[in-house]
Amino acid sequence: MNSNLSGRSRVKRGKSLEGLNILEMAWVLAGPFTGKYFADNGATVVRIESTVRPDLLRVSEPYKDGKAGINRSAMFSFYGSNKLSMALNTKHQRAKEILQRLIKWADVITENFAPGKIEELGMGYEDLRRIRHDIIMLRLSIQGQTGPHSSHPGYGVVAAGLAGITGLTGWPDRIPSTPVAGYTDLILPRFAATMVLAALDYRRRTGKGQCIDATQFEATQQFLIPAILDYTVNDKDMARQGNACPYAAPHNAYQCRGEDRWCVIAVFDDQEWKALCHAMNQDLLVNRPEFSTLLERKNNEVKLDKIINAWTLTQTCEDLVGRLQQAGVPAGAVQNAKDVLADPQLQRVLWRLNHNEIGPVHHLGQAFVFSKVGGEPCSPAPCIGENTEYVCREILEMSDEEFVDLFVSGVFE
Amino acid sequence: MEENKTNLLLIDHYRVLDLTDENGLLCAKILGDLGADVIKIEKPGGDISRRLGPFFHNNIHPEKSLLWFAYNSNKRGITLDFASADGGALLKRLVKSADFLIESFPPGYMSRLGFGYESLKSINPRLIMVSITPFGQEGPHKDWKSSDIVSMATGGFMALVGDDDRPPVRISADQSCLHACSEAAVASLIALHDRHRSGEGQYIDVSIEASMVATTISAIPYWDMSNVILKRSGPYRVGQRGGNKKVPQQWPCKDGSVSYAIWGGQAGAKTNKALVDWIESDGMATHTLLNMDWNCFDLKNVGDDLLNKLEEDIGKFFLSHTKKELYQGAIERRIQLYPIYSIKDIREDPQLQARNFWESVKHDELDAEITYPGAFARNSEVNMKIYRRAPLIGEHNVEIYMGELGLSNDEMRTLRQAGII
Repeated sequence: MNSNLSGRSRVKRGKSLEGLNILEMAWVLAGPFTGKYFADNGATVVRIESTVRPDLLRVSEPYKDGKAGINRSAMFSFYGSNKLSMALNTKHQRAKEILQRLIKWADVITENFAPGKIEELGMGYEDLRRIRHDIIMLRLSIQGQTGPHSSHPGYGVVAAGLAGITGLTGWPDRIPSTPVAGYTDLILPRFAATMVLAALDYRRRTGKGQCIDATQFEATQQFLIPAILDYTVNDKDMARQGNACPYAAPHNAYQCRGEDRWCVIAVFDDQEWKALCHAMNQDLLVNRPEFSTLLERKNNEVKLDKIINAWTLTQTCEDLVGRLQQAGVPAGAVQNAKDVLADPQLQRVLWRLNHNEIGPVHHLGQAFVFSKVGGEPCSPAPCIGENTEYVCREILEMSDEEFVDLFVSGVFE
Repeated sequence: MEENKTNLLLIDHYRVLDLTDENGLLCAKILGDLGADVIKIEKPGGDISRRLGPFFHNNIHPEKSLLWFAYNSNKRGITLDFASADGGALLKRLVKSADFLIESFPPGYMSRLGFGYESLKSINPRLIMVSITPFGQEGPHKDWKSSDIVSMATGGFMALVGDDDRPPVRISADQSCLHACSEAAVASLIALHDRHRSGEGQYIDVSIEASMVATTISAIPYWDMSNVILKRSGPYRVGQRGGNKKVPQQWPCKDGSVSYAIWGGQAGAKTNKALVDWIESDGMATHTLLNMDWNCFDLKNVGDDLLNKLEEDIGKFFLSHTKKELYQGAIERRIQLYPIYSIKDIREDPQLQARNFWESVKHDELDAEITYPGAFARNSEVNMKIYRRAPLIGEHNVEIYMGELGLSNDEMRTLRQAGII
């Protein structure tokens, strides 16, 4: 990979997928996050981007120094490590010949345009198959390539409502809370990447490619199966319940000393309850009739939460969590971004890479660690079109003349 | 495409040993859905996750846990106490022919029993071993006690969610281990891809807490770029008007709520205009709405007063319709509005029905057919479906111990009486 040397970091990129070629015609969150699994583990991922109609993430806040710019969004870089960016105006008359050569090169094409759009570019699955018979096409969407609502537009921000997540987030006496802006965008990529890897395995044995239709709506249901069965079997329609858990009490977030500091405490059994009371220096609480059993604690949960909260308010969050953990009580700080970055336990999932225009900035790493160590250092998210020439010369093996000719035509915009 | 599909499975050449509890069940289920031969290994008497509800007809029984049904379909099941000497020897025999072993015990537990990765590797160097734990295998918190709410808190999600006058909230259905399990499935197949070339398996350490960090979206970039801590904002969303200024996101309607994002730019102009046209045809468009120049509308520059007025005017319109009416109208007019569905609404959704999403699965021993959500994704080659309901306790003991490992009747009886299987 021809990434700039200055951007190299000590974090090693995996090499398990070396030799695999991915053409990413995808934008915003779900598509690029899917591609990230491949890029971070050694595949060559070429993103096709347009400066005329840039990826929404590239023009999303926050920007370096608060100054807008197509290469200045840390939101884009957070999900963009280890990829190559090729600028290409797909509506330009010469885009097609370049795309055809890239299709021939690619093992996998990913796309998440509105259903029907990719066909307009002459890149439907059947078109692709004529160019490369064993191609794997991954199509990501909110609701799929078929069905009456297939083409209804939207992003993950609103899709979380459709998929059932938003309705289960927040307090029963209030309107639902937003479960972050794009929650289901982060669920789909795990299933989509798994599907592509399985398709590659299938191709290895059968020589056949395939077209994958993966949706936020359907993938998210895998995260709700117990609640769905409770409805299909018992006719019970689950309601949001704040932080309550049917088999634990106390089970909530409690306020600590300082500005907007919170910790969570989860007590599942009598032993943990006893340990919590001891840590609170309130051993007498253990056997108070209204709290002495789990059933009583559930019945009197409001009162219980008040007592716990009165205590936590006098404590600093970090001390309290440390003491409770030592006593054997499940507890944790409600960590904001600053806390997450400082947490030694979470360093695996945060890569500080030197971006060409932004400078050192945190990229999302991986929640898993492989025992086989990687090879090359990680590269930061690319600037738009940063690798256009590299892709043309090294991957598509264009001559100087050919490249200059295309360059002058304005297709690389 | 549909009629050419085969009943072949995508990855039917692999065997998975699933030693997990509720924290890890989904990972092997995903591999099972793809066609792998998954053997769920439970302790004699049944896995601890069978005590978790909800339950079939609310009947609390280890064979009636719907959570168990949910995440163990497409698996076979055997019982085994592999902490015993005979049980350990059986596990080692199973490992010999396994491609994946997935476990979710506390860090160090498998090693203490002699089943750490290094030991298993010497039995089967091609084995891919996956551990799914709350905090991962290393680091100062690796032995901390956890549960879903702890991972949702420490992984950075909760700080961003909930009304600002109440505590931060998690999602009411457990989520964090499912994020980790689906990450673990990706990692497992990456390791498989590697094995095709190297001939060697490897060890994968998955952290549930770390899998939540991906869901913090712009929170870390905001701190990185401008030392702004994004805050929870209830039904609003933040991060698109410079830091913590709010944009309305979830809206009450006549019979529930809907999700509508006011966007700027080209995409926003289209949907905002279409919405105002609809409000106007309903005779509810206010002066403010009618005079909006959506082409110039930009969230970064819009003032609080105007946004509040838009919220009020649009909000009144939403309140005058049901979520079904609003969704239907939005589809006809290509407005980026979605209903906030309950589970019941999802079950009744016409799109999922048109796509034949739902699957009916027979549970003969309960004399019931249960409706399950279908495949996590579709493809043009293979029909993915639930071909096997979750196993009963020890359901495949005979099939696997006698049929595959060749144990005799006498050996089976001995192991059974000793409480090993």
